[in-house]
Amino acid sequence: MTTSRRRFLGYVLAAPVLVAAASPGEAQAAELLDLNDIMTAAALPTSGLISVEINADGTVSFALPRAEVGQGITTSTAMLIAEELAVPLHRVKITLADARPELLFNQMTGGSNTTIATYTPIRVAAAVARQRLLAAAATEFGSSDLRLADGVISTRDGRRIGIGELATKAASPRTLAVPVELTAKDDFTVIGRPHGRIDARDAVTGRKKFAMDVTVPGAKPAMVCRPPTINGKPGTVANLDEVRAMPGVTDVVTISTGVAVRADTFGQCIDAVRALRVTWRPGTVEGKSDTTVLRELASAELPLGPRPITPYVEGRFTFHFRSNSALEPNCAIADVRGGRAEIWSALKSPIVARQTIAARLGLPVSAVTVHVTEGGGSFGRKLFFDAALEAAELSQKLGKAVKLMWHRADDSRQGRTHPMATSRVRIAYAGNLVLGFEQRHTSVTTDLGHGLGELFTAMAAKLPIGDKAFAQTFFQFSHTSPYDFGLHSRLLSETGKGFNTGSMRNVYSPDTTCARELVVDQVAARMSRDPYRFRHDLLRGDRSRAVLRAAAEAGGWGRALPAGVAQGIAFHSEYKGVSACLVEIDCRPETVNRPIRDGVAGPRVTRAVFAVDVGLAVNPLGLEAQMMGCVMDGIALALTSSLHLRDGYFLEASWDNYFYTRQWNTPPDLRIIIMPSDSDQPGGAGELGVSAAMAAVACAYGRATGTMPTTFPINHGTLSFVPKPTVPPIPASPVDGLDHVR
Amino acid sequence: MPEHTFRVNGEQVTVDVDSDVRLLWVLRDILGVTGPKYGCGINVCKACTSHLNGRAFNPCAVPVRDLGPGDEVTTIEGLAATAGADLHPMQQAWLDHDVVQCGYCQPGQIMAAVDLVRRVAAEGREITDADLDGIRNICRCGTYARIREAIRAAAAAGG
Repeated sequence: MTTSRRRFLGYVLAAPVLVAAASPGEAQAAELLDLNDIMTAAALPTSGLISVEINADGTVSFALPRAEVGQGITTSTAMLIAEELAVPLHRVKITLADARPELLFNQMTGGSNTTIATYTPIRVAAAVARQRLLAAAATEFGSSDLRLADGVISTRDGRRIGIGELATKAASPRTLAVPVELTAKDDFTVIGRPHGRIDARDAVTGRKKFAMDVTVPGAKPAMVCRPPTINGKPGTVANLDEVRAMPGVTDVVTISTGVAVRADTFGQCIDAVRALRVTWRPGTVEGKSDTTVLRELASAELPLGPRPITPYVEGRFTFHFRSNSALEPNCAIADVRGGRAEIWSALKSPIVARQTIAARLGLPVSAVTVHVTEGGGSFGRKLFFDAALEAAELSQKLGKAVKLMWHRADDSRQGRTHPMATSRVRIAYAGNLVLGFEQRHTSVTTDLGHGLGELFTAMAAKLPIGDKAFAQTFFQFSHTSPYDFGLHSRLLSETGKGFNTGSMRNVYSPDTTCARELVVDQVAARMSRDPYRFRHDLLRGDRSRAVLRAAAEAGGWGRALPAGVAQGIAFHSEYKGVSACLVEIDCRPETVNRPIRDGVAGPRVTRAVFAVDVGLAVNPLGLEAQMMGCVMDGIALALTSSLHLRDGYFLEASWDNYFYTRQWNTPPDLRIIIMPSDSDQPGGAGELGVSAAMAAVACAYGRATGTMPTTFPINHGTLSFVPKPTVPPIPASPVDGLDHVR
Repeated sequence: MPEHTFRVNGEQVTVDVDSDVRLLWVLRDILGVTGPKYGCGINVCKACTSHLNGRAFNPCAVPVRDLGPGDEVTTIEGLAATAGADLHPMQQAWLDHDVVQCGYCQPGQIMAAVDLVRRVAAEGREITDADLDGIRNICRCGTYARIREAIRAAAAAGG
């Protein structure tokens, strides 16, 4: 697509109104340095199929082939278009594209890759439109001395025409190749300036529509009675007729994952699910527990190299299962009738979803339409489409439309998890020199079967690492070495199937970084070096050192604190970005034991300073929000949030069982520092911040308590709730709501 | 089936539904009022927080039989009208602080925030960190810090 540094080739597409696109491109193998390069390269060949459309009313439409799940990409995308087209941001209308199989690998939202991959193609498309509009106006006015601003083209002598009036005149009956020049970074007036979310008003007024808020005629609520153990299968139902006769219930039928109920309201679905008496067949991890999985991990661990003859520090860390459940549970609407299927769901891999659903239903892919709705969070969960597949199966079976939703208990117990993992780290040193770094990461297999695997397979021939297993490739490409630590060796070993796994705001990095940074602290201590200075001296690259320095200085590294309160600092680089986090944690008994009803108090992070350099920040306000969220995730991963596996099922079935960060865990002092950058390329942000935040909390905890933590989260050994029953699988709806009104 | 009459966002409604169906589902599945969100169904996550006669409550835990003709339910859709404006000051504070990420929990957060400010004002005191720590609404995107800022700002502005 590049013809020179800022000159690109784009297309005016044959259409009745002006429609513009970037030209497809192809990356050179030498440019593929990390995971994001691979994803960006995979998206490039189809970038010409994504177009910007000028409407007669002066608005600009763009159907984004990605999922908006809270990360702010509809806003940042609107900003890119507003910049290149010189239209007011509110006139750029971003929708989420239906599944478009012709886009191949250019409709997957993952790997924090959206802005990296789409930054240039979307601007090229908008720039083609701008050029075309100016040309049409030149014909109109008989002058080429024109100015485009605020969606209006004007001449020096004051004649004006809105871009809407030119939408038809600028159109082309045939597709034209057009070279364009993109706006120079120094001339940006939109990109790089903070902008509130374009959907904020809809969100705060309740107008924003998520999947379950969409009205589809005839689509009644549906829920599934699920097995007591992970992936158990339904056997016989003892009281089918009785449940079918319950108030509001329209249908009860066995599907592959359980016994589905359709009713007038979800409340009646809940009652019916609870009433069902089902015999269950065993699940896929029957009898397994935290302890048995840990044993499996230990036996799958790859050995470290020969014991160094120099001094060394070793650490072995355990990271328990964690839930990537979003606040919006798994849900989808499906209408499968008359040989056609229509699906509505928040999907990050809609093409794979469409293909899989078609195969499951025995329909041609062309008979399946998949609409991507706005998502209520994802954190990796929505890369999969478990609810959409289930809803499609149920709708086909009933011949009726369904609005299928998982109960929270289902989402927590049967939904996808970040797999349990162990990480072993060894750093060898002599005097003040670090000689070598080894890490052996062992994990329950992460399911990446949502299209990323296919993407890698398609790109495999271009990758310099040959025919390694996909997960190993992913691991190597997502892990760069930030420190000058001599000889590096990092290996991944995955073991065990049967769990419903997936990524969770990154796959391996929060755990591997946490393990590494804790051992880095140990080495610094052995050398009697300050942990911050030690990191600073060994980090590679000015950007890395600058971001660490910024966090240390703003956070007051080294300031005097009472006993039981301590600081920690950590660094992480990925997605073409660098990040550092300083935290202060209060581990004094009066803080740890402060009373919290039905929750976990524990140590309190009282200060978090997070410095980040992602290169060009398209929307600094959105980036700041992402980093704040990452810090909350890091705190949860280090201190409070995990799933306990026992007898083949997870004990957690509620937000008051799974202790994600709550207001009482939030740092009262939280600062995000966005580093100035002269880069003209953006990096990824969605997942970047979790690693350094988690590691910094762990390091601070170690310093405050005098003991390096080795099991995460630190409270996993204490079960802080009474587990809910597994039969019935979901809890009763309370009736005492009015007793709690204050 | 029994009929239930009450008020939602200033209008009287009558629904024909089983008495023990929880109000959340009456609002969402029967009346099509989708601002209050489902997040747990057991009065834990607080995503459905709305107001009953001006006080915060969670419709996922209230059978519809508990409501009578004199009861006024206000959901996020009706909040602005209670302030006689296009946006309630708390909604404006949410915009000013760009609080929202995915937005799923935010209707409940805003309704809980309005109630917190009301209670604190009734006690004639300022919002404290302890008040903010006491908010149980979960936000999986982690917007907590901006929620705190927005509530303080709205409270200071008399919202």
